[in-house]
Amino acid sequence: MRLDTGGLIDRDAPLRFRFDGKGHAGLKGDTLASALLANGVRLMGRSFKYHRPRGVMTAGSEEPNALVQIGAGDQVAPNIRATQQEIYDGLTATSQNRWPSLRTDLLAVNDWLSPFLGAGFYYKTFMWPRSFWEKLYEPVIRRAAGLGALSGATDTARYDKAFAHCDVLVIGAGPAGLMAALTAARGGADVILADEDFRPGGRLNAEREEVGGLPGHLWAEETIRTLAEMDNVRIMRRTTVTGAYDGGTYGALERVGEHVGDLPDAAPVQTFWRIAARRAILAAGATERPIAFPDNDRPGVMLAGAVRAYANRWAVAPGKRIAIFGNNDDAWRTARDLAAAGVEIAAMIDTRADAAGTGDFPVHRGAVVTGTRGRLGLTGLSVEGAGGREEIAADTLAVSGGWNPAVHLTCHMNGRPVWDAAIAAFVPAENAVPGLLPAGAAAGRMTTAAALASGDAAARTALEALGAAAPTPDVPQAEDGGTAITPFWHVTGTRGRAWLDFQNDVTVKDVKLAHQENFRSVEHMKRYTTLGMATDQGKLSNIGALAVLSELTGRPIPETGTTTFRPPYTPVRIGALGAHARGSGFAPQRYTTSHEASRARGAPFIEAGLWYRPSYFPRPGETTWRESCDREVRMVRDSVGVADVSTLGKIDIQGPDAAAFLDFVYANTFSTLKPGRVRYGIMLREDGHVMDDGTTARLDDHRFLMTTTTAAAGQVMRHLEYVQQVLRPDLDVQTLSVTDHWAQFAVAGPKARDLLDSLVDEDIADAAFPFMSCGPVTVAGVAGRLFRISFSGELAYEIAVPARYGDALFRALVTRAESLEGGAYGMEALNVLRIEKGFLTHAELHGRTTPFDLGMARMVSGAKDCIGKLATTRPGLNGPEREQLVGLKPVAAGAEILPGAHLFSEGAEAVRVNDQGYVTSAGFSPTLNTTLALGFLRDGRARHGETIRMVDHLRGVETACTVCPPVFFDPEGSRVRG
Amino acid sequence: MRITCPLCGDRDLREFTYGGAAVYMDRPGADADLDALDAYLHLRDNPAGPTEELWSHDMGCRAWLKVRRDTVTHEILGTALAAEAKRGAG
Repeated sequence: MRLDTGGLIDRDAPLRFRFDGKGHAGLKGDTLASALLANGVRLMGRSFKYHRPRGVMTAGSEEPNALVQIGAGDQVAPNIRATQQEIYDGLTATSQNRWPSLRTDLLAVNDWLSPFLGAGFYYKTFMWPRSFWEKLYEPVIRRAAGLGALSGATDTARYDKAFAHCDVLVIGAGPAGLMAALTAARGGADVILADEDFRPGGRLNAEREEVGGLPGHLWAEETIRTLAEMDNVRIMRRTTVTGAYDGGTYGALERVGEHVGDLPDAAPVQTFWRIAARRAILAAGATERPIAFPDNDRPGVMLAGAVRAYANRWAVAPGKRIAIFGNNDDAWRTARDLAAAGVEIAAMIDTRADAAGTGDFPVHRGAVVTGTRGRLGLTGLSVEGAGGREEIAADTLAVSGGWNPAVHLTCHMNGRPVWDAAIAAFVPAENAVPGLLPAGAAAGRMTTAAALASGDAAARTALEALGAAAPTPDVPQAEDGGTAITPFWHVTGTRGRAWLDFQNDVTVKDVKLAHQENFRSVEHMKRYTTLGMATDQGKLSNIGALAVLSELTGRPIPETGTTTFRPPYTPVRIGALGAHARGSGFAPQRYTTSHEASRARGAPFIEAGLWYRPSYFPRPGETTWRESCDREVRMVRDSVGVADVSTLGKIDIQGPDAAAFLDFVYANTFSTLKPGRVRYGIMLREDGHVMDDGTTARLDDHRFLMTTTTAAAGQVMRHLEYVQQVLRPDLDVQTLSVTDHWAQFAVAGPKARDLLDSLVDEDIADAAFPFMSCGPVTVAGVAGRLFRISFSGELAYEIAVPARYGDALFRALVTRAESLEGGAYGMEALNVLRIEKGFLTHAELHGRTTPFDLGMARMVSGAKDCIGKLATTRPGLNGPEREQLVGLKPVAAGAEILPGAHLFSEGAEAVRVNDQGYVTSAGFSPTLNTTLALGFLRDGRARHGETIRMVDHLRGVETACTVCPPVFFDPEGSRVRG
Repeated sequence: MRITCPLCGDRDLREFTYGGAAVYMDRPGADADLDALDAYLHLRDNPAGPTEELWSHDMGCRAWLKVRRDTVTHEILGTALAAEAKRGAG
């Protein structure tokens, strides 16, 4: 219930929200947890395995129990910590993992069955019959155990990703973080201060103490105001730094819109940041840990620091009669603060017989809690001490087993924390993450005064490393002392289950069972019991479990060691990590200049790398792609076709050594090529396999224009730069990709010259411009280039103009082609045309084929060195054992040949050991009225005329094929010279 | 991870593409024997500690870099333009 005074809440700003359908009132500044407690709601969830009733335990991101679902429909967010969720008007929250309701959960039957459901039960119980696991056992277990559920619909929430750079990243805005940010900023550093809370200040907002003569939260407010006014400081609220990575890179999740009821459409719910920081200061504070005792998981059992945080920050008393159980001086602060707020203290129970401290309440020294009562919420507890056993009535039990520094980020790069006996906790190892300086409670400096001083010191260390001058020291006065602790982990000699991991339902007994069954390394124990494997990653439970294991093995805690801390510190939605990378945002889309004109003609598009290319251009009456494709192929063979080939890579190569450079990267020779001429070339990898092919034109003595395949354009460009910079910086040559600068169109067919004659000013008759010529042309007043090259085997040209004229030229070419009974053709026809001619694409140049395999061994020049030349001579790369390029035709015309299918000798069983080769490309040729295919067949060139079985196991197709040369149409090449 | 490009400065890993061990810089000539080629193509040391690699700054200035990197700590110990390193080595 809400206290009459105090708290960092706005009593003039009431807000309405719903939990499990019931309306409640809260105040601005409330979290869902504080508002529910203020309304007397203690039961907030059901546990993972046993469906035990659970209430909120903490006041921060470490919360294991109070996980709820926020929102509804396709934007429902499961497993949201009620302790972090700010309330807003209209907030709808629902409890999880219960049926039919939170108060009456029928799956709580699991709790009665708990003797059979201990650690590892399913490894033992559901082993037989084996096939039942996937179909029966696992689905049943998954239904019975779990946390929140996804909606099943596509998440329509908006996410964003962002990048930031700074000199000093300060992680956490408690006393250490604020002081570190202030000192670093005064020293002139660019500072980012990130804090997961919506209100910076850390524990200063949760304690009653003074800093620099001001109440702590006011000092925090004033410091934030000072920082906000500085140009070199960026304050990021609601931002959790989730991981530390190489080179001073940090991941951070900003909850941009989760606290807003009516988020504008364009605004993201979450933004994932990558922050590059020259130095970082870890001031993430510490997490309080519980003590294990029987039934320590009832709603009403909370951490002592959280109980006083609710009282001090939110003016909420979690109960009317509160007992406190601890092993350290800090637990007494809870008693002191609650008493000051007028809350009745049922008892102060300290495990230490010599505990100092007094108060106006019953004190039990050297005593422990041995049990609790209350079905859906705590009603009482049993205490045992020197004075015997006593039953105490209480509705809240505040527990403190000490505080664990938040060492997580210091362990993200393999660092292991070290044990500090003075505070009975692990602290960061020295220099565990280069450039990351722990400060404050995260570094084991547990008092406010020590936190302020260490924040200041860390900032000074950072400034020195950055070469910046430190400002005059100005650290305010604050409380010191009050951290004495005697380690105490779990109450022994009692019956009943004592919880260690609340979120995954792991008890002391489970750890004992793991040890008994020989899972004694801490990593094995973790996996056997699932301790620490829930969404809270064991923030409350890990150390307690280690302590139990350490007692069992007789090894001290530092030797027992910790499990591995991995990013993220708190859960990050996949949606945030993948922000924008879905739908059309998944990959860039590249469009050619003819895209609009092609779309207007009804062409469907096919993806080629990042490019979108037209598949075919349907005409009225055509109902299948094959009809259009067949017509387009015939059109090119009979009249003229126009195709956009701008997607092929174009690389401008210039310099006195350009020819020598090309001789080195191509297997064949280019230095002998005359200006105004074009040559086909193949390029090898250094291991002797073909990387790419294409034509290169010599524009003048020192200038070449190389074309690459569409697929390998990027790879070839990077390869040329590699050769130029890494292997041959002695050559005077420069390379530049000009793929996007030029629009280029193939004009192919017997009427190609007629078409172009009407468009270009120059004489392009065969005598003046024979096959494999190139030269500048003027197209309607625009300076362009013409190449007489052919990928169809027809008389053909490729005409190029600066990209801005591409759309106009394409439209003009297609209009003129149509007047000659031709038209545009797409990728399908282009593919059939090249298969008919046995021309290669990356279906054949797939990275495992050599010049020998392709029948191009003679292209590797003997007169010069080139990349890959030596390797082509290696044994195993030349000979009858190689699969060689062949053509394939079905014995029965019209039968299917399918790319990807494998080839087997007649009579041999179609199994892997009998594999003779495979099909790479296939298509129906309207020219030859049969299916044609290219493929690779062992010793294939010697087997022309043989019949071979094509077997496609995947699609269940078998076809008898005749092996033939790979050039099916016009093998003499007379048409291309027409 | 971050790599300092000699031309562009300190940049994020995602701007770079790995290009293999720096031994690629010492390519055997046309008259080398096949064992030397095999070693050049396929045989690599796998040091736990400093190693030299080639990286392409292909989402930046497109320079190829010779990078000295510690495989244990992932620390970048030094970077140079590959072309300059090659010329320097003669």
